[in-house]
Amino acid sequence: MEHTAEHEEHVGGGVKEIIKVTIILSVLTAVELALGFWMMGMPLISNLRIAVKGAIVILMMAKAFYIVAYFMHLKHEIKNLIMTIVVPLSLFVWFIVAFLYDGNSFRHLRNTYDPHFKEQSTIQAPKKEEGKSEEKKEEAKPEEKKAEEKKVAE
Amino acid sequence: MSTTTVTPTKLWSGGKSPFNVEYGKLMMWYFLMSDAFTFGAFLISYGTIRFSTNGWPNPNEVFRSYPFAGENANAPLVFVSIMTFILIISSVTMVLAVHAGHNMDKRKVAINLALTILGGLAFLSCQAWEWNHLHNEGAWWGHNPFNNHDGTASSTNFTNYFFTITGFHGFHVFSGVIINIIMLIMTLTDKFEKRGHYLMIEKAGLYWHFVDLVWVFVFTCFYLI
Repeated sequence: MEHTAEHEEHVGGGVKEIIKVTIILSVLTAVELALGFWMMGMPLISNLRIAVKGAIVILMMAKAFYIVAYFMHLKHEIKNLIMTIVVPLSLFVWFIVAFLYDGNSFRHLRNTYDPHFKEQSTIQAPKKEEGKSEEKKEEAKPEEKKAEEKKVAE
Repeated sequence: MSTTTVTPTKLWSGGKSPFNVEYGKLMMWYFLMSDAFTFGAFLISYGTIRFSTNGWPNPNEVFRSYPFAGENANAPLVFVSIMTFILIISSVTMVLAVHAGHNMDKRKVAINLALTILGGLAFLSCQAWEWNHLHNEGAWWGHNPFNNHDGTASSTNFTNYFFTITGFHGFHVFSGVIINIIMLIMTLTDKFEKRGHYLMIEKAGLYWHFVDLVWVFVFTCFYLI
């Protein structure tokens, strides 16, 4: 019978394992949050900041592994099923590397060859107060542009 | 039937599923795989745009409020960590429901499913509050009131991606809650008892865990990094 076979198949589970994985996931999340709080005080561009972000990504992958392997039971399925799911998803390795590299390269190209882009990204936005509406911000913008133009004219 | 003793030749010689799961569950896995690519495409697109821009808003400045906090709340990561834990715990109750289903324990299935639905609704309420809060601050598709990290003016990419991706995830949570409610009704009306198995709960469970899985990525990409 189909369902009796199913019963034996899921011997790998059990409440003990569920509790164990819950604790692991909670601890990983807590560590992620601790790193996030730590990162707040860091300078914007620093190697340490990048390293912490890398650590957070590794923790994220670990969490994903525990959810898929234990909560979604993939670890206790047979190899054929694991492969038919995991192998196509490995396409993401190329996907992520290629697209992020492309984005980064595009930024470099624009900063090198597009002075307008470079200049736009150095203009300080007007400091706005808490809870101000959208329109006021838009009002402030043209004024600033005029000021910029004056500077250029001078 | 033990999975370790089955040799590949026997598996593929016909007469039984070579994946050793029933049809519906296998198709749920394939659906989730396609969904993973959809979410992956969204998040990678977000990453690409972020990598190609010089400045980006600081999530710790944008997401720093929580309900009943007033105007000047400054508690980054606090509210979103609560949301994350809600989703993790609802995933755990879902596993417990599936586990109870294996033991044909109708009462436990119903209790854990109800808890999962509550968790899902709690998460959706949190998200509704956060969207409403950001909207009141002037953030929406096409509107970005937040400046970049370094004080320069930001494009609307940040809010566009935030609302699109968390919206798409929230829609998944919403449909997951609906599916779980249907499962709860079917459990309470003894549908699964008559059928002799609770395999349907497993499929709903796979979907629910996937929603939790996606949140792991969304949470990291938008709030932490």
